[in-house]
Amino acid sequence: MHAIYEKPQTFIDKATHFCPGCGHGIVLRLIAEILDAWGIRGKTIGLAPVGCAVLAYNYLDIDMCEAAHGRPPAVATGIKRVHPDHVVFAYQGDGDLAAIGTAEIIHAANRGENITFIFVNNAVYGMTSGQMAPTTLLRQKTVTTPSGRDPINSGHPIRVCELLAVLDGSSYLERVSLSSPENIRKTKKAIEKGFKTQMEKKGFSLIEILSPCPIYWRMDANEAMRYIDEEMTRTFPLGVVKDWEQKN
Amino acid sequence: MKQLLTGNEAAAEAAIQAGCRYYYGYPITPQNELINYMSIRMPEVGGAFIQAESEIAAISMVHGSAAAGGRAMTSSSSPGISLKQEGISYLAGSELPCVMVNIQRGGPGLGDISASQADYFQAVKGGGHGDYHTVVLAPSSTQEMADLVYDAFDLADKYRNPVMILGDAQIGQLMEPVEFHKKPKKNLPAKSWALTGAEGRKKNVVKSFYPVKGQLEEFNAHLQKKYRTIEEHEVRYEAINTHKADVILVAYGTSARICKEVVKKSQQYKFRVGMVRPVTLWPFPKEIIRKVSERVECILTVEMSAGQMVEDVKLAVEGRCPVHFYGRTGGGVPTSLEIIKKIVEIVPDNRAANTLLQLAEVK
Ligand SMILES: Cc1ncc(C[n+]2csc(CCOP(=O)(O)OP(=O)(O)O)c2C)c(N)n1
Ligand code: SF4
Ligand SMILES: [Mg+2]
Repeated sequence: MHAIYEKPQTFIDKATHFCPGCGHGIVLRLIAEILDAWGIRGKTIGLAPVGCAVLAYNYLDIDMCEAAHGRPPAVATGIKRVHPDHVVFAYQGDGDLAAIGTAEIIHAANRGENITFIFVNNAVYGMTSGQMAPTTLLRQKTVTTPSGRDPINSGHPIRVCELLAVLDGSSYLERVSLSSPENIRKTKKAIEKGFKTQMEKKGFSLIEILSPCPIYWRMDANEAMRYIDEEMTRTFPLGVVKDWEQKN
Repeated sequence: MKQLLTGNEAAAEAAIQAGCRYYYGYPITPQNELINYMSIRMPEVGGAFIQAESEIAAISMVHGSAAAGGRAMTSSSSPGISLKQEGISYLAGSELPCVMVNIQRGGPGLGDISASQADYFQAVKGGGHGDYHTVVLAPSSTQEMADLVYDAFDLADKYRNPVMILGDAQIGQLMEPVEFHKKPKKNLPAKSWALTGAEGRKKNVVKSFYPVKGQLEEFNAHLQKKYRTIEEHEVRYEAINTHKADVILVAYGTSARICKEVVKKSQQYKFRVGMVRPVTLWPFPKEIIRKVSERVECILTVEMSAGQMVEDVKLAVEGRCPVHFYGRTGGGVPTSLEIIKKIVEIVPDNRAANTLLQLAEVK
C-alpha cells in the first residue's frame, strides 16, 4: 500500500507541550517535512527561541542551539560564519523577534545574512501568560491591555515584513497563515522558498506566519482560525512583500 | 622578532595566532585598537570579522560561533562588558569556550575612559545571573597580554568555559615590545558536542535550559565540580620577595606594575616589602596569600577601585594578619609615593619604611 501521510523522520515521535489548537506544532512539522523531502537534515542547524517554542530542539531531530530571548539572529550569524554552506534557520516568536530582539533582526537583515527566519506571529506573548506583543492588534485584549490595545499608551502593531522590506539587505519576505489547509500548504511553500533563497546564497529570508494562540486569545480552535482570517489579516495582509526572484 | 604594539593590538594578534577565526566587537574606548586591528587581520587569515550592532549582539555572535565549534572572541570596555553579561551567562550555562577581553575604564555609568580596576567584582564573581564563573586572567604588560591570550583559548577549550582577559586602559594602550611565542598545540578534547550538522550521527543540542525538576540542580553540581577542578589546577601568580618580607603588597595589572616599583625601591633601603601579583583573578591565588599571611606583619592590597579584590584577600587571610587597602577610583592611578606613604601609615614604627618615604619625597 502507498502511504499518503506519515510522520516526518525529522520530527521526533513524542507528544509536544503545545496547547490544543496551537500553531507552533504545525510550523515545526512543516520544517521537518521539508528537511526530510530535501534530504538536508544532516546539514541544517536550527535556532530555538525563548517563547512557547523554546523546546523546539526536543521535537526536531537536527543540531540545534538555544539563544537568549531575542538573540537568535545574532547567534545564527555566528553559526553561519562557521558553516557558510549549511542551512541555518532561526525560529522566533513576535516578542522574541519584534520587541526584545528588534535590533538583532534589523541588523541581520541589513547585513543580508544568508539565513532563514521563521517568524511565528501569534499577536501575544504565549509563554509568559498572554501579555501584549508588538504585533497585538489595536483594541485586542491581552492580560496587559485589559481594555484592548490603545495606541496612545501602547503603540501600534508592528508589520515586520514591511519594516524589513525597506532594507537593501533583505531578499525574501512573505506573510502567510495557518488558518486553513490551503494556507498551511502555502506556508510550507513559503518556508521552502526561504530555504531555497538561502541555499542559492541569495541572502536574508523571513517568513511571517500568522499563527493561532487559542489559549490567550480566549477562543476555541475554530474561532481562532476565523480570527486570523477576519481580524489579523486586516492588519497583517498575506502575500509576498519582497522577492529576489521578482524585481519588485 | 619583537614588535612594538599596544596591549590591545597584542591581544588581537595573539588571538589570531592562537587560531581564533571569529571576532565580533563593538567600538568603545579604550579598546578600539583591538577591534580596528581585527578588522584588518581577520580577512587576511580568512576569518570572520563583524562590527556588531551592539555588545549584546557581539557576544551572541560569539555564542553562535563557539557553539558551532569555532574559536571565537569579543572585546570591549566596562559599559560594553555590562551589556555582554546576558551572553556570558548563557555561554557559561551552555558550557561554551570563548575569550572575552575587558579593557576596563572608570565607572559607574559612562564614567570616563581612563584606566580602572572597578570591574573586578563583575569579572570574578559571575557578573551575569546564575551560579557560574569565568576564568579571569590579568596581564600586567603587553607581552603578558599576548601570552595570556594564547593560554585563554586553550583554557576555554580545555574546560568548555568562557575566559576573560581583565586589562585596563593602560594595559590596553601602552606600547611595549612584544614577541609572539606560538606554543605547540596542547592535547585538547575534541569538540564532539559542537553543532556541525547531524549528518551520520545523533543530533547535538547546545542549551542552558533544564526545565525538568532536578535536572538543573544536577547540572549546577556538574558546573561546581568543574570549577573546583579549575581552582585546583589553574591558579597562577607571581611572588616577589615573599620569603623576606614584613609587608606584602597584593595587586594585579597596572597597580601591580607600580607596586613592583615600590618593592624595587624598598630593596635599596633594606625595607622588607614583598608582593603577590595574582595572574588568575579567578581562580584566586588563595593558598599563597594564606601562606604569606602566616609570616608577615600585614598585607596591603592596592587597586584602582574602591576596594574589591581586597575582599578576596581578606577571605584568604582569614584574620591571620591585618589586611589594609589603598585604592584610587575614577581613573586615578596610584603613584609609588602614595603607596609608600600608605605603608608608613600602617607600619609607623618601621624605620626603613620612614627612610624610604623621606627619600621618595625628596625626589
Ligand atoms: C531577558 C528575558 N526577558 C523576559 C523573558 C521572559 N519571556 C519568556 S518568553 C517571553 C515572550 C515570548 O513571546 P513570543 O516571542 O511572542 O513567543 P510565544 O510564546 O508567543 O510563541 C518572555 C517575555 C526571558 N526569558 N528573558
Ligand atoms: S500559549 Fe499559545 S502559543 Fe503557547 S503553546 Fe499555548 S496556544 Fe501555543
Ligand atoms: Mg508570540
